Amino acid sequence: MGVLEIKGLYKYYGKKCALKNVNLTGDFGEIVGLFGPNGSGKTTLLKLIVGFLRPSSGSIRVDGKDIDHNTRAIVSFLPDNNLLPSWMTIKDAFNFYKDFFPGFEEKRFKDLIDYFNLSMNRKVKELSKGEQEKVCLSLTISRKAKIYLLDEPLGGIDPASRERILTGILKNYREDSLMIISTHLISDVESIADRVIFISQGEILLNEKTEKIREEKKMSVDELFRKTF
Amino acid sequence: MVDFDERIPIYLQIMDLIKKKIIKGDLKGGDKLPSVRELALELKVNPNTVQRVYQELEREGIIVIVRGTGAFVVSDEKKLKEIKESLAGERIKNFIKEMKEINLSKEDLDLLLSKYWEEVN
Repeated sequence: MGVLEIKGLYKYYGKKCALKNVNLTGDFGEIVGLFGPNGSGKTTLLKLIVGFLRPSSGSIRVDGKDIDHNTRAIVSFLPDNNLLPSWMTIKDAFNFYKDFFPGFEEKRFKDLIDYFNLSMNRKVKELSKGEQEKVCLSLTISRKAKIYLLDEPLGGIDPASRERILTGILKNYREDSLMIISTHLISDVESIADRVIFISQGEILLNEKTEKIREEKKMSVDELFRKTF
Repeated sequence: MVDFDERIPIYLQIMDLIKKKIIKGDLKGGDKLPSVRELALELKVNPNTVQRVYQELEREGIIVIVRGTGAFVVSDEKKLKEIKESLAGERIKNFIKEMKEINLSKEDLDLLLSKYWEEVN
């Protein structure tokens, strides 16, 4: 049984249908790329898995349970916009996470901050966009969770930092967890994803192993994406 | 960092990479391969991809996986020759196809091969 099971999921905002009959499962040890144009429903899907939004119909089960405060403790979410208050230092943010999330891994976090060439006493408001992204990512992946959801972790990041962030993600990836990375920059994550999901206008168009796409279609995931959209 | 051709399954490309290292002698019989995690990080690929590489290499009899200890290169001259020939075979077939397209006979090709053999390197 998968750590994530979604069946017949619909989400409406008023009359607008944001997700239409989404069915998918995710297993431990998988890195899944969630690809789709802006407004396709990627963020909505992730927020539903965290429990920030409620489904209009259908079901989501995390580790075999319905979404509630218990599942929220084992789902670690990196939103696509920075949520850290600007007055905080990195250390404040770290203390906040440490108090709030049981099992937060101090060493992992400090190693990541070192790896990204940051220091604990820097203030959030003095950090560049890329640096803030690195702090938020470090906080997210240092939590002990069964599902990690990274929403556009590479948005607006320069290519050099991008590679460092990807290495940081890969280095800290745990086999006993599922990781879903949403992005519209497929080429960046195509070599680290086992499986890709293409989503468009709230519907899943494709859900396939990346190596199988290369094997059967003789094209890269990026090419297939361009062809599909 | 290795640049992979994203149109070809990555595990096949990593297998070729390791086979080339064995042929060149960078990896010898009895040598230990990096752990799945280490190699995945080094190549910036998914750990499951490397896992598959090791499984396939073991199936082909090129490495042995000792549970809890690691993956080791098999020392076997016959195997080495086999790898060499299979790696070369695919490339030579493609090369011959191209040469046939420009109407070169085998005799022409033999002469040209001898002529350019020394020039390379």
